[in-house]
Amino acid sequence: MDENWEPRVIAFLCNWCSYAGADLAGISRISYPPNIRVVRVPCSARVSPYFIIKSLQAGWDGVLVSGCHPGDCHYISGNLVARRRFGVLKDLLGYIGCDEGRVNFSWVSAAEGERFSQVVSEVVERVRALGPSKRLVKEA
Amino acid sequence: MEKEIRKVARALLRDGKVDLVIGYGRGTLPLRSTPCFITDEDGVDELIWDPSCGVNLARYLPDIKGRVGIVAKGCDARSIVVLINEGQVERENVQVIGVPCRGVIDRRKVEREFGSLDNLEITYAEDAIKIKGKDPERKLPLKGYLSEACVSCRSQNPPIHDVLVGERITEDSGVDEYSRVREIESMPAEERWRFFEEELGSCIRCYACREACPLCYCKECFVDETMPQWFGKTTDLSDTIIFHLVRALHLTGRCVDCGACTRACPMEIDLRSLTKKTEKIVKERFGQEYGLSLGEPPVMGVFKQDDPQEFVVKGGKEGSQ
Repeated sequence: MDENWEPRVIAFLCNWCSYAGADLAGISRISYPPNIRVVRVPCSARVSPYFIIKSLQAGWDGVLVSGCHPGDCHYISGNLVARRRFGVLKDLLGYIGCDEGRVNFSWVSAAEGERFSQVVSEVVERVRALGPSKRLVKEA
Repeated sequence: MEKEIRKVARALLRDGKVDLVIGYGRGTLPLRSTPCFITDEDGVDELIWDPSCGVNLARYLPDIKGRVGIVAKGCDARSIVVLINEGQVERENVQVIGVPCRGVIDRRKVEREFGSLDNLEITYAEDAIKIKGKDPERKLPLKGYLSEACVSCRSQNPPIHDVLVGERITEDSGVDEYSRVREIESMPAEERWRFFEEELGSCIRCYACREACPLCYCKECFVDETMPQWFGKTTDLSDTIIFHLVRALHLTGRCVDCGACTRACPMEIDLRSLTKKTEKIVKERFGQEYGLSLGEPPVMGVFKQDDPQEFVVKGGKEGSQ
């Protein structure tokens, strides 16, 4: 492994909570690893399994999807529908032998800048331990 | 059985209850039957019933307008239930001719033993296949040549039917339907990956699995989409694995394990190793079984407040709610 390798994690953040949580972390000057690239989505339920699988195929080392806590969804129940979907996706990925630790989900509200930073650190460390992603990656 | 199916089909057509009966007809290849569409009373004599009737005819239902009678094995009827529950088929438009089923043949298992089956005369007896050629007749016990899906079948009787042809079968509840999945689960991750790499790597992307599947009813499949093109159409390993992975995801909460995909696959890929797992996930995660009764909500379209979420990254000491 390249000594200078740094994990790259793509983060799909819900506009109504986690994205604002990330913003709060920034405003509050709470630092977190610079390994994530944020994509803002309207709801965690907007994140189709396609996004996640496509990210893995494109060579991202990890994926983070973060939405509102159960009960706090801006669209009432989007996050609960998403939770079902993610559980199945994670189980299936693990079953076929992919490192399921690369695919992560969390609930972070707009008031939880601190937690956002902790979640990102945790995810980045988990992905770092797994090393560069190889499975499912499509060589160009 | 055959006679009774014909009788029922004739009555349905004569009484004007349906405009079309879908059943099985004699195939042109050994150990194969062909889907048979009957619109006229006189045609019903083409209908057959034997262990070669492996195609899941429910596959045609979403495409057909009007009232249809359909010959359905236990698993076929289960897929009809899912189709009705998902709003793809109107209950009042289908007359289900339910047939309790002892399993269908995996012709490859026979071929592996006999080589080519051309020019052999094949007949069926109760629980046996009789093969006659130059050599003296051989009688094969049906049990040893069943399609894998049938070996672990737990829905031999159709859960819904308008007419039931033949006697209900006492189902063997002692069968562990997930034995294969458990076997794969017990391998280390590395080995599982190699297994799927090898199994799915031989896929030639002919989409026979999709075409044979009654629950792959999307008007446009995700692999055919071009705006945007989500996943590649090549036989590149990554593309094929992703095709099968996403197909399994789409069949989560739908697949009733009829095994039609596996029988249709020209490369003999064990597709059920993936789809059966989705069934198990649904059972373990959401405690749901599906395709058994009308009115049950589609698994992936609903949620419970307390669905398991052990995978959620908590972040920090306090953890998630």
